[in-house]
Amino acid sequence: MGYEPQADFGTPEVRSETPVTLSPVTLSPVTLSPVTLSIDGREVSVPAGTTVMRAAAVSGGSIPRLCATDSLKQYGSCRLCLVEIDGMRGTPASCTTPVAPGMVVHTQTEKLQKLRRGVMELYISDHPLDCLTCSANNDCELQDMAANVGLRDVRYGYEGDNHLGAETDSSNPYFDFDPSKCIVCSRCVRACEEVQGTFALTIDGRGFGSKVSAGLASDDFLSSECVSCGACVQACPTATLNEKAVKAIGKPERAVITTCAYCGVGCTFRAEMRGEQVVRMVPWKDGKANHGHSCVKGRFAWGYAMHQERITRPMIRERIDQPWREVSWEEALGHAAREFRRIADTYGNNALGGLVSSRCTNEEGFLVQKLVRAGFGTNNVDTCARVCHSPTGYGLKTTFGTSAGTQDFDSVDDSDVILVIGANPTDGHPVFASRMKRRLRQGAKLIVIDPRRTDMVRSPHIAADYHLPLRPGTNVAVLTAMAHVIVTEGLVDEAFVRERCDGDEYRDWADFVSDERNSPEFLAPVTGVDADLVRGAARLFATGGNGAIYYGLGVTEHSQGSSTVMAIANLAMATGNIGRRGVGVNPLRGQNNVQGACDMGSFPHELSGYRHVSDPEARALFEAEWGVAIDPEPGMRIPNMLDAATDGAFKGLYVQGEDILQSDPDTKHVAAGLAAMECVIVHDLFLNETANYAHVFLPGSSFLEKNGTFTNAERRIQRVRKVMEPVNGYEDWQVTQELARAMGLDWNYTHPGEIMDEIARLTPSFAGVNYDRLDADGSLQWPVNAAHPDGSPIMHVDGFVRGKGKFVVTEYIPTDERTGPRFPLLLTTGRILSQYNVGAQTRRTENTVWHGEDVLEVHPSDAENRGIRSGDWVRLASRSGETTLRATVTDRVAPGVVYTTFHHPATQANVVTTDYSDWATNCPEYKVTAVQVTPSNGPSQWQEDYDNQAAQSRRIMAEPAE
Amino acid sequence: MSAEDHTVDTIAKLVRMANQIARNLTHDKDPVAAIAEHIHAFWTVRMQEQLFAHGPEGLDPLAIAALERLALGARDQGHAVR
Repeated sequence: MGYEPQADFGTPEVRSETPVTLSPVTLSPVTLSPVTLSIDGREVSVPAGTTVMRAAAVSGGSIPRLCATDSLKQYGSCRLCLVEIDGMRGTPASCTTPVAPGMVVHTQTEKLQKLRRGVMELYISDHPLDCLTCSANNDCELQDMAANVGLRDVRYGYEGDNHLGAETDSSNPYFDFDPSKCIVCSRCVRACEEVQGTFALTIDGRGFGSKVSAGLASDDFLSSECVSCGACVQACPTATLNEKAVKAIGKPERAVITTCAYCGVGCTFRAEMRGEQVVRMVPWKDGKANHGHSCVKGRFAWGYAMHQERITRPMIRERIDQPWREVSWEEALGHAAREFRRIADTYGNNALGGLVSSRCTNEEGFLVQKLVRAGFGTNNVDTCARVCHSPTGYGLKTTFGTSAGTQDFDSVDDSDVILVIGANPTDGHPVFASRMKRRLRQGAKLIVIDPRRTDMVRSPHIAADYHLPLRPGTNVAVLTAMAHVIVTEGLVDEAFVRERCDGDEYRDWADFVSDERNSPEFLAPVTGVDADLVRGAARLFATGGNGAIYYGLGVTEHSQGSSTVMAIANLAMATGNIGRRGVGVNPLRGQNNVQGACDMGSFPHELSGYRHVSDPEARALFEAEWGVAIDPEPGMRIPNMLDAATDGAFKGLYVQGEDILQSDPDTKHVAAGLAAMECVIVHDLFLNETANYAHVFLPGSSFLEKNGTFTNAERRIQRVRKVMEPVNGYEDWQVTQELARAMGLDWNYTHPGEIMDEIARLTPSFAGVNYDRLDADGSLQWPVNAAHPDGSPIMHVDGFVRGKGKFVVTEYIPTDERTGPRFPLLLTTGRILSQYNVGAQTRRTENTVWHGEDVLEVHPSDAENRGIRSGDWVRLASRSGETTLRATVTDRVAPGVVYTTFHHPATQANVVTTDYSDWATNCPEYKVTAVQVTPSNGPSQWQEDYDNQAAQSRRIMAEPAE
Repeated sequence: MSAEDHTVDTIAKLVRMANQIARNLTHDKDPVAAIAEHIHAFWTVRMQEQLFAHGPEGLDPLAIAALERLALGARDQGHAVR
């Protein structure tokens, strides 16, 4: 593809099937018949409600416009899109005039051209004429419109009052705001409202004094509430809001469609390139997960891929106290293979293991688990989903029959009640949060269950109908109390339960939840939530129409993670909210390819497609394809590997694209486990924290440098396309293949498409997936097979995957982690918009201007008791360890609760978290740690020791020139 | 940071995990079978053997019964997940 901006139809598409109300009883979608009209002699049929402007664009024409763009509702302010319509008086604006049957429209007449030229003349009289040196030259709608209307002269001259001297606001690290070029079309303001939902921008002043303003008059873009999503930059028709990179580099020359490598939303982008240099990443309007929207990470924070700290040559060392030695790929791989063979020969195959990355592609993950199972001869393979969504796997497989969210993202447009529990979508899944907020502004109701007052609870034009600020660790109790209300007040969807679920199990569950000890009143002292709030929320969810549940790691990362997932499934089944648009159980996945990593057989007990290793039929398939025997016993999970390492029974680990030392709980234990191993291979972009304990470093490739697929939170498989050569020389699947070959395996993949073909042969839910289809369809949602040839946007439509839906009794069993006199506060952890996971990527971008360090949120009353003010250094201690960081005093957290993020290794929040974990999956309990907070002077001894060790470990030996 | 000052009691962790599983599966129709099946499905052979070797100390009665059933050779009858 060359560089051509995407087609803009001027006004949004009108769905021909539109549910028309938000009444408690959802009406069936109404299908409107298309309207046929004539535009400049061309006959065109479009859905009713379409504008004349869009109809003209659809039929191949182009009506001049400035204030209209198809990502925003029509506005009708620029007066450029006037048309003549037979039988209609005057010259109506085509952007605000809906089509009518038999309409005869003229878009290019002498009269219209004269009117449009007059409008343009006024615009240009107050616009700099520096087109040749302007950063938007040849990529500017104002320039295009001047050409379109044939503007040759500005009769008013350029001497009158104007805005040409207005100063540029360069405060945002990624884009400039140059008001001298602004035509006050309001597209940026409307994008901020309609697309992003932040309402950070406004038009300040009136008439000639009107100007775009971010935040208050005293604010610049950086200090305002602007979240730097880029929607305004995208919407701007001039150079007023323009990427700094475009200013620095120039106009792109080609564009490649690819998938973002940050969160589980999986936005599609156009990587706009100049040679092998990325100029900008622009959200792709045809991307089915993001529909042309983006966030600060995907849109702007890709500079890490070219960061000077990228390691591009393989390195080895005998011991971790030695400096690294740069070696050839051959030497590094040979050394790694010999070490792993030695360990297997000495200690047995089960002393080896591997970790699949949730940031790498499906194909890369599949190869890592294949290397472990077929090459190492063990099932000791795990993935970072262990520490995030493994309870989703267990809980949804048990209740529904498969480990996946039930909906696509578009489903939220039909939701009437949205329940968000243990998720902070505006920070963790921002592009989907914008969709959710748009639905809420249309009138859907909102229930938030979260210990913190997140932005979903209250932000401009959004207010939760119910916020249940529960005590951390009591999710199950709150959900069971809601179920108590629904069952005892007769609000169960009995027809759904009778038809779709197992009756005996339902009755057992209903008896259990009906017990008085599960009532909101009885549980209030445990949960800390007022019983009336629980009752109100339960009634709203059960009776408010289409109810959709969205949840995140605040659900899973608990001792009761799997129980909470099953309690959510119970609630959805009891209210009949499964199997159609607008409803469902929706895990918001953390990393870009967590879903994919799980699908690919990265768990130690499962082959791809969630088939237990003890299943002889599944094993036989793999054994026939791979020519090796597969162990029928499950392997070790990450925490089991670390425990076994400290016991001396686990010796060698291949880690692809994860940083377990920073991301996993109880850092000291992780460090001890890694230190006890004899060969740790880290395969990554950077010398991450885990690499401090590694003996072999294999340089990795970024998502810009590889081909493959990612699978997002809605099971959508999307292509990742290489836009530049890997600076390390190899795509990650090639590195794994070379390691396998060094270990004697005869692998000969020449393209990831061949790996996907193997996945499809071995995995029933992927049977219909291949690169040709992905290229043709853009994306596919699994299962894709004979029963679902075009994929499955919504699951369990005609029945649950497991047959009958299974209600599970979810007894509330409190965590063993208790507050007491030594550790009286509860720490819970989370994320912030500008940073991603351990921060290895985002800390190496300008995103640090928004979040340069982790801070501890403390409630004013707890702060006052301890003499802590915002900005003070505080010591945060638990029974596992202690760290220091700065405090911020806020009532976002409840008294007794403190909160921080884990994006910075200097803080290492996980030094404090414990080894407690989910009962079913060992998913760590990051969200509940008993802590004490006291004033402090600066870094702890542990932090200083850690820094010294890390600095020592990162040394690279100076090599004589080859 | 030194790894030496870090001590781990793997057995204590396994006891805790088994008890957690037992407490969360008490509502099953056949809790002993459910606990045994869960451990069989998700634990390595080595982890199970470590707990067998440790014996019943500190274990919930249901967990003890489940481990006895596992040790009695549920394994030999093939995979026990229902």
